[in-house]
Amino acid sequence: MGKTLAEKIIAAHAQDTDEVSAGDLVTVKVDVVMANDITAPIAIESFQAMGVSEVFNPDRVMLVPSHFAPNKDIKSAEQTRTLTLFAEEQALTHRFQVGRAGIEHVVLPERGLVLPGDLVVGGDSHTCTYGAVGAFATGMGSTDIAFAMATGTTWLKVPETMKFVYYGERRPWVYGEDLILRTIGEIGVDGALYRSMEFTGPAIHALPMSDRLTMTNMVIEAGGKCGFMPYDEVTEAYVQPRATRPYTPFFADDDAVYHSVYEFDLSEMEPQVACPYSPDNVHPISQIKPEKVDQVFIGSCTNGRFEDLAIVADILQRTGREFHPDVRVMIIPGSQAVYLDALRQGWIELFTLAGAAVSVSTCGPCLGGHMGVLAANEVCVSTSNRNFRGRMGHRDARVYLANPAIATASAILGRLAHPDEL
Amino acid sequence: MKLQGRVWKYGDNIDTDVIIPARYLVTTDPKALAAHCMEDLDQTFAKEVQPGDIIVGGSNFGCGSSREHAPISIKGAGVSCIIAESFARIFFRNAINIGLPILECPPAARDAQKGDVLSVDLAAGTITNHRTGQTYQASPYPPVVLAIINAGGLVPYARNVLGVQMKG
Repeated sequence: MGKTLAEKIIAAHAQDTDEVSAGDLVTVKVDVVMANDITAPIAIESFQAMGVSEVFNPDRVMLVPSHFAPNKDIKSAEQTRTLTLFAEEQALTHRFQVGRAGIEHVVLPERGLVLPGDLVVGGDSHTCTYGAVGAFATGMGSTDIAFAMATGTTWLKVPETMKFVYYGERRPWVYGEDLILRTIGEIGVDGALYRSMEFTGPAIHALPMSDRLTMTNMVIEAGGKCGFMPYDEVTEAYVQPRATRPYTPFFADDDAVYHSVYEFDLSEMEPQVACPYSPDNVHPISQIKPEKVDQVFIGSCTNGRFEDLAIVADILQRTGREFHPDVRVMIIPGSQAVYLDALRQGWIELFTLAGAAVSVSTCGPCLGGHMGVLAANEVCVSTSNRNFRGRMGHRDARVYLANPAIATASAILGRLAHPDEL
Repeated sequence: MKLQGRVWKYGDNIDTDVIIPARYLVTTDPKALAAHCMEDLDQTFAKEVQPGDIIVGGSNFGCGSSREHAPISIKGAGVSCIIAESFARIFFRNAINIGLPILECPPAARDAQKGDVLSVDLAAGTITNHRTGQTYQASPYPPVVLAIINAGGLVPYARNVLGVQMKG
């Protein structure tokens, strides 16, 4: 009987067995353990409480300050200091600091630190992002992360897998964000609860890596445990020059057993928008009231990569327009490498002249931490991944999730807009 | 272990951003987090919750972020147990890991109303609603989860696994 990607990668990491099937409980070896400035402090405390003195492998524990970086207040500074001191004390190989890192889910794939065939656990729900490069990657809480840091292992229930097949040519202004929003709108925020999501089909093979990372990033928004893009030429071209160590890609068997299969025809699909207050409250842009917008946020681990900023730059350059004077526009590159690339392209100047505030890489407003928190009744278009009540600030603020082109058009026109309206 | 408490009833897809908003994640202190627990969903909760109270949710309780602060804030508020139709997987692991009892039981969750008094027998996995007199059987835990619960959470479980002696 054929195996899914989740089954194959888990089997390759399982301690007591060579073959696993959905539903099995197994102890697995982990390749990388990650945590951020919110989850690492508790993980470090639990690690110490476990009575352990050394992490399982200093090459493979990565602590990235991202959420409140640069430290927004004394308390967040204390949290980051915990990470810094622990990284020094444990002599961790890979160190991450403001100005030299960014958001973990942009930085780790970009630096070839998470690789095809890896099993990664991260103290952040969006750890599932790394499935775009073919890793089994899943989010966990701090104490689970402490256990993995201490032992290099964790326990897992082998997930069932849902298969999502995309075909047809993408229309203009349709990106990975739209494919995943459409998918979450279809299955709901608990539609993939506890399961793996495999994305495949001709339209996926035609998708650039940045869009693939956007899609696997939002697997958790359907409740998924992990998500996978197929390993193909696009993956290889992205991973090979970056890989920091040898890796083995895995492929799903043709006769693998799936929980369910969904198909999407992209030839008629418009850009999609998730309306307040849930990532599954998804509608095509043409069916959404062109509400006035107070803030636009372009960035995050969902859409803060070079290709995402290229969409913004392209629209500004093609139209010669500036951002609407009544809209606060926050553009936040997902990593310092993205920031530098954008700078070299002249985009930081372009964005600034158009009226945007361009900042150092951080999660910032996505989780309502800082750098653009919303007031009551304010409306924001955001390229991030969650629009729960209170997520970006006041509980009565309203967030629409959309791709960078919709966000840019909305920032220019001061209301929810399609780029064709420019 | 037997628990008894009053019900706080919530709906489906209660996310970790409403359980404990990110703006409060600059501390790991359970009491400080408890002061803001459920704030964006129910502003009466943190003020009126009594030790031993039980939270009852619908499906996918605890969805969203991996923040362990969510079950920590609930435990810090004195809640004895969470019962839901289903849980988001990271939240489920986090609650078990910090020793917060958590039971999946769709009929008990559906039938319970705010203010009902429930008794819970954790070893048997049974829930009794005092208003209706009905008793329900919760889903059994997988063996590894049971082992973590029996150890008192993942930290003591890890000490056992790693063979580390308790200090002091």
